[in-house]
Amino acid sequence: MGLVEQVLAGDRLALARLLTQIENDTPEGREALDRLFAFTGRAHLVGVTGSPGTGKSSLVNQLARAFRQPEDGSDPVRVAILAVDPSSPFSGGALLGDRVRMRDLSGDPDVFIRSMASRGALGGLARATAALSQALDAAGYPLILIETVGAGQSEVDIARLAHTTIVVESPGMGDDIQAIKAGILEIADILVVNKADRPGVENTERALRAMLDLGHPAAHKHGPSLGAGEAEPAAEQGWVPPVLRAVSTRGEGVAEIAAAIRRHGEYLRSSGLWQQREKLRLESELDALLRDLLARRWRAGLDEDLYRQTFDGLLQRQISPLQAAETLLRQAERETSNPTRAS
Amino acid sequence: MTEQNIRVLIAKPGLDGHDRGAKVIARALRDAGMEVIYTGLRQTPEMIAEAALQEDVDAVGLSILSGAHMSLVPRVMELLRAQGQEDVCVFVGGIIPERDIPALKELGVRAVYGPGTSTAQVVEDLKQAVFCPPAA
Ligand SMILES: Nc1nc2c(ncn2[C@@H]2O[C@H](COP(=O)(O)OP(=O)(O)OP(=O)(O)O)[C@@H](O)[C@H]2O)c(=O)[nH]1
Ligand SMILES: [Mg+2]
Repeated sequence: MGLVEQVLAGDRLALARLLTQIENDTPEGREALDRLFAFTGRAHLVGVTGSPGTGKSSLVNQLARAFRQPEDGSDPVRVAILAVDPSSPFSGGALLGDRVRMRDLSGDPDVFIRSMASRGALGGLARATAALSQALDAAGYPLILIETVGAGQSEVDIARLAHTTIVVESPGMGDDIQAIKAGILEIADILVVNKADRPGVENTERALRAMLDLGHPAAHKHGPSLGAGEAEPAAEQGWVPPVLRAVSTRGEGVAEIAAAIRRHGEYLRSSGLWQQREKLRLESELDALLRDLLARRWRAGLDEDLYRQTFDGLLQRQISPLQAAETLLRQAERETSNPTRAS
Repeated sequence: MTEQNIRVLIAKPGLDGHDRGAKVIARALRDAGMEVIYTGLRQTPEMIAEAALQEDVDAVGLSILSGAHMSLVPRVMELLRAQGQEDVCVFVGGIIPERDIPALKELGVRAVYGPGTSTAQVVEDLKQAVFCPPAA
């Protein structure tokens, strides 16, 4: 039985090994993803992001518990967790410590936790995260929690991947301001003020609500009084990100956050936004791949001498970058219409 | 495989509450370009084996100061073998009496490091072990 079949049959070691192959972008990993794709598209991807130390791992731990043992009588859900930490830009190594806060989950065969180093590559992280999520999705985890440290663009990319994005703040340190600067608030579907046992919760909450009012002017208007907002789909205005308090170390407020995640999932599905996101995501993935593959294939068939010659012209400023690109493209076109010269 | 892709679990089984040594080695391995999964204090052998499986690590480092190594290490080795990870390189650090080392090696532990060991030594051994696994 191959790795893919083992994964589909619920073999956890096979899944772990496959995740490694995918992360290392090996031919085996890529082939497995091709075959697993038909089994994806079922999971609810939830991103959990925020500044360092705000309590993301502690919250993820509690959320997983809440979905494993729902208080509202709903069915327990199998949970996968992807915990992403930055790689060191100097050594390329990484210290992945999120599991320290997730020990409550050990011993439950229906929880699968995987730590992942960002490995530096910009944009690559989002692609790797998407690929690992697909494998977990196919392996039968309907809920995938993805923890990332709030550091700007990569969070925005991962938010684009997730169906629901939770931004975690904590009182003090003015980190709410940092988050706002990074544009993090704009991607939040749910805001959590964690460490609500600490002084300053009200201030953080107030700051977040004020920012939300700027970003979501519809928050306090309802229904028909929306007026001339026809540029945005009405459904997009139908979700106002809740601001929820939590004490993740003690599990307080977590049931409400779990409920908000479920509500957001239902909202996305019933409004058609789930399909719309899916469509946009796959479309941009396909476009990116086409660009990538085309460029790579075209570049491989290009005459090296011609490339160097043209580049020299560019370096000496005899031609502009656009002229250089067009010269090379024209040359390649000529070769495709006259294939005798092509190798 | 490159050094960047070596994944190591550093775990602290047993009841003693000191993880300074474990953290020092975790940082040294990271600085040598490895991806280190750190799981914190008071891990049971079951928790360690579970983490080793989910993380698909190449190596597991156990830091044991409590004196319970002769019960903890065999259990970890047994669980790893039972779940199909007999090829994972296991090394032990901490306070291990000289006389116990042969028994640990007999169990399949690749190396045992005392308090004075340089982190560079561990890094070097680990690279060797992961790149050149012993013939089974
Ligand atoms: N007082 C208090 N401390 C908390 C709470 N939640 C988490 N902490 C503590 O905050 C520290 C950081 O928690 P983590 O869950 O590791 O935070 P994180 O955001 O995942 O951290 P990084 O992954 O390093 O960015 C730990 O010492 C936690 O015990 C809370 O609700 N109240
Ligand atoms: Mg964390």
